[in-house]
Amino acid sequence: MENERKLTIARAMAEATAQEMRIDPRVFVMGEDIADLGGVFGNTRGLAEEFGKERVRDTPISETGFIGAAVGAAQDGMRPVVELMFVDFFGVCFDAIYNLMAKNTYFSGGKFNVPMVLMTSTGGGYSDAGQHSQCLYGSFAHLPGMKVVSPSNAYDAKGLMTAAIRDPNPVIYMYHKGLQGMGWLGTEKGAIVHVPEEAYEVEIGKAKIAREGRDVTIVSIAQGVHHGLKAAKVLAEQGISAEVVDLRSLVPLDRDTIRASVAKTGRLIVVDEDYHSFGVSGEIIATVTESNLADLKAPPRRIAYPDVPIPFARVMEQHCLPNADKIVATARALCQAPILA
Amino acid sequence: MTPPKDTLAWMYEKMVASRHFEEEIETIYMEGKTPVFNMANGPIPGEMHLSNGQEPVAVGVCAHLNPEDVVTATHRPHHQAIAKGVNLKKMAAEIFGKATGLSGGRGGHMHIFDADVNFACSGIIAQGMGPAAGAALSRKLQGKPGVAISFIGEGAANQGAFHETLNLAAVWKLPMVIVIEDNAWGISVAKETSTAIQCNADRAAAYGIPGHYIPGNDPLKIYEVAGEAIERARNGEGPTLIEIETYRLAGHFMGDAEGYRPEGEKDALFAKDPIPNLRQLLVAEHGFADAELDAIEAKARGEVDEAIAFARQSPDPKPEDALTAVFA
Ligand SMILES: Cc1ncc(C[n+]2csc(CCOP(=O)(O)OP(=O)(O)O)c2C)c(N)n1
Repeated sequence: MENERKLTIARAMAEATAQEMRIDPRVFVMGEDIADLGGVFGNTRGLAEEFGKERVRDTPISETGFIGAAVGAAQDGMRPVVELMFVDFFGVCFDAIYNLMAKNTYFSGGKFNVPMVLMTSTGGGYSDAGQHSQCLYGSFAHLPGMKVVSPSNAYDAKGLMTAAIRDPNPVIYMYHKGLQGMGWLGTEKGAIVHVPEEAYEVEIGKAKIAREGRDVTIVSIAQGVHHGLKAAKVLAEQGISAEVVDLRSLVPLDRDTIRASVAKTGRLIVVDEDYHSFGVSGEIIATVTESNLADLKAPPRRIAYPDVPIPFARVMEQHCLPNADKIVATARALCQAPILA
Repeated sequence: MTPPKDTLAWMYEKMVASRHFEEEIETIYMEGKTPVFNMANGPIPGEMHLSNGQEPVAVGVCAHLNPEDVVTATHRPHHQAIAKGVNLKKMAAEIFGKATGLSGGRGGHMHIFDADVNFACSGIIAQGMGPAAGAALSRKLQGKPGVAISFIGEGAANQGAFHETLNLAAVWKLPMVIVIEDNAWGISVAKETSTAIQCNADRAAAYGIPGHYIPGNDPLKIYEVAGEAIERARNGEGPTLIEIETYRLAGHFMGDAEGYRPEGEKDALFAKDPIPNLRQLLVAEHGFADAELDAIEAKARGEVDEAIAFARQSPDPKPEDALTAVFA
């Protein structure tokens, strides 16, 4: 398999978008610095050269305007792919997202569809401080009417992008900066994987077992999956068999896969780089405890970002972030814990 | 209105200090980031937006300000902070993420906050505008002296907060001056591709307030126009919008390959570097001796070097300090 073509997530996203643009004239792209620069995080590289600046449009720094415009264009028959450069910037444009994009299908009784993709970067770990490092998975997943996906590797990145563009609904496509394969943000090697040349879809709403195991289930998304896989390797050496579930989608959430895994292992750890409270980690745990309480051999645990703004200083940020060591320690504690009566 | 000689000296000193500060930061920022550039590494990690070339705006405006006046800045705040009198040692330490920094390392370079001189930042485009208007309103309501300056880039003039706040400031006649630093680029996007009119100062007309465009990155002209606008604000006559042509001599951030710049643009900008230009002018037309200016430069650099050394030597914060200071 050594000669297989491997791509970064950034290139996989751009490839999927280009392939859809070739077959579907309704697809167009807009956002800040996405044309000549190819996106600050590389995910639109080459598109302006191939499709020109009519279809690949650099926007002013006017998120509420151009995301609102994408909603209107989508309702009028286009398939916009728009970029919000950092998810942290949602504050200046959220109305267009959650009051328009996410609700117009419902409000119109299905007479208007809003087939658009909103790409946005997430995540920290490189000292970009509290307005450029958040994940905000829960904030988006909480609000009904939009699908939410986030890939952990390039194969899923391409398939999810293709599926998102073809989906008749709005899809929030969250890509983690630490996985993009941009050297200047560090490179998670596990995210760079084989990607087939031809177009294909990864079904939105389907989780994947990234590693099978018997003793404990580690559920996560995007960067957290890699922490989980690294922890699972260490745990294996210590005689603990961890199963890693890569959610890939938050909305719809693949509750069946989560429940089935916990039914098998009896233990659950949720790893979430988003804030601890009122978010994805609580939702996953509720998913299990609402239906499978009897399966649990130990109380579920979460390793999430504490409920504080993200600090700049490296030592403080790293202290707060989930990592493989924290998962290993938690899994060991769980597996040694007495079985719940 | 030519600034008095001591003000000219101050302006030159702060411009030199600002540039020297950026050059030091630039060098130190690259430590640990070669041969492979990874933003997360080195003594100063994260994004770094330098202000080289934009010093005239900061000194021309801040020459008229007192510590009680309010300034809100952006993701590119160092020159403004230095001109406003932000504690240089603590600012340097903050940029290094040290315990002795202005915010104990919580904010970093895009979040410089110094309550002693009423300086605040936001890394979100145009989001300094509202808080500046609010500070101006507060002074008005409390009958306290002081004006608020919101510095923004020309790219921010296409953001909702810009227009909403201009209208608010105009309707309420707030003691406020909005200063646009037009460096022609918003990351890789040129002003003419993103902005429907050539000159954002013309947008003042939409809010019935004065608007001025200042070409040439000229500190003395900036001093003059800003002085009148700040005077107007202090006299209760309401806000002014000023747009200033300036030069971004650096990339958008450190690590920017700047492939989007037309060929020769950088060289042309460096040829117009405002610091040597001001020095020449001070000698030719304002009676400064070379020795005098050398001494000013030495002082400015010395203070910066001291601040950087302080930052280097300062301890890291405690990791668990991340969990403190969320609430008052
Ligand atoms: C609301 C928002 N959108 C986008 C960004 C990303 N961003 C950071 S700086 C920048 C360009 C800003 O251009 P300008 O306002 O002209 O300031 P300059 O960088 O030239 O100083 C952009 C788009 C942001 N920080 N906030």
